[in-house]
Amino acid sequence: MSAATARSGAGELALLAVVGASWGGFSALGRFVERLDPVFPGAAVLVQHRGADSPEGVLLGHLRRLSPLPVDEVDDKDPIEPSRVYLAPADYHLLVEPGRFALSTDAPVRFSRPSIDVAMETAADAYGPATVAVVLTGGNDDGCRGAAAVRAAGGTVVVQDPDTAEKATMPAAVVAAGLADLVLDLDDIPAALGELANRP
Amino acid sequence: MRGDVESIELDLLLEALYRHRGYDFRGYARASLKRRVRRRVQEEGVGTIAALIERILHDEAAADRLLVDLSINVTAMFRDPPFFVALRQKVVPLLRTYPFVRVWNAGCSTGEETYSLAIALREEGLAERTRIYATDINDAVLRRAQQGTFALDRMRDYTRDYIRGGGRASFSDYYTVDGDEVRFDPELVSNVVFAQHNLVSDRSFNEFNMIVCRNVLIYFDRNLQDHVHRLFHDSLVRFGILALGHRESIRFTAHADDYAELDGPSRIYRRVA
Repeated sequence: MSAATARSGAGELALLAVVGASWGGFSALGRFVERLDPVFPGAAVLVQHRGADSPEGVLLGHLRRLSPLPVDEVDDKDPIEPSRVYLAPADYHLLVEPGRFALSTDAPVRFSRPSIDVAMETAADAYGPATVAVVLTGGNDDGCRGAAAVRAAGGTVVVQDPDTAEKATMPAAVVAAGLADLVLDLDDIPAALGELANRP
Repeated sequence: MRGDVESIELDLLLEALYRHRGYDFRGYARASLKRRVRRRVQEEGVGTIAALIERILHDEAAADRLLVDLSINVTAMFRDPPFFVALRQKVVPLLRTYPFVRVWNAGCSTGEETYSLAIALREEGLAERTRIYATDINDAVLRRAQQGTFALDRMRDYTRDYIRGGGRASFSDYYTVDGDEVRFDPELVSNVVFAQHNLVSDRSFNEFNMIVCRNVLIYFDRNLQDHVHRLFHDSLVRFGILALGHRESIRFTAHADDYAELDGPSRIYRRVA
């Protein structure tokens, strides 16, 4: 990963995982963060489909209770640091730049703001092979274009097993497009990210 | 490598746009800029950013289209209703202590925010003594803002957010319906001056009691944000109010220490130095 981290200009970030979820995400993201390694050398960016009327602080509080790593909701220009979890705010697009986040209020993409594709595509641009796209439960196909971009940039695409996902549509779409590198049970994904992060 | 070539092309496009038309987008945040430029490349059907450079240098209409894409930000009325609650409850009492109130709505875009501010301040009894300066980089956008015309199908969301933002009147009393559009009562902006102003290149033009600039700075990189914060600081009276977007902060800016939080969650600050 050293060539990738050097290219990303982000210093010690071994891996940037962009985790997308829609229907069923509240529960799935909670289970995901719960199993993260407390010394995970990467960063995880969580993008949950939610709109302007999503209740402030509820998802964040839920994730903070379960996560061994600090969880923060992103402000514009926040730095991206290792061993942290970041949550995309509602009603903004989250963009990834080398070392920092940026926000946008551009029109919803496929009716979603935040858009999982936007987060993944910009992450692929910024972090290249150090990017991992993680597609979890959801009822649409947001994440497919993002996964393709991550793949094209040399990154890895991990998909929650559609058979065990609360809503199979989103992960199944990525599998059907031939973009999945790994198809795993939700509970096994954090450990897989740890392995990817520690590859020499 | 694709990434590096695209970066070079983007730099050259922004340079070309600056030299050809005088608008400087070189300090804009790269990721969102890239997305808009890529979309324009697709819409123009030119294949590469390099080809777009050629197009905008030799086709004025294409240059106009690019400028429009890069300078218009999507906005909504009463976006983030808790902000308007905090405005009414915490900011208005402070503004009431001034005999005359000047408000700068910087980056007003198509006017949704301006009308929201005008309505809220009017309902709080401040309209008579307040003048709002609504500025934007783009003349065409300003003319739209001045008209106060918005899509009818947005009114249900806007009404909901108006009410959540502390509005007590019947929101539909403020506009008339015309086909699939609504037109807001021009009287609502009788105390509003719409004027062109470029945050990148123009200087301070007045001293204000409040500056409202929400979800505009997100499109600038950190250097440009610092530049604009300096402009805002120079344009605010001491103890004047700076209101940013819901996920914006003064935290990493060069002027962070010049402000105290008036309402933390709503990103409303007060100039103390």
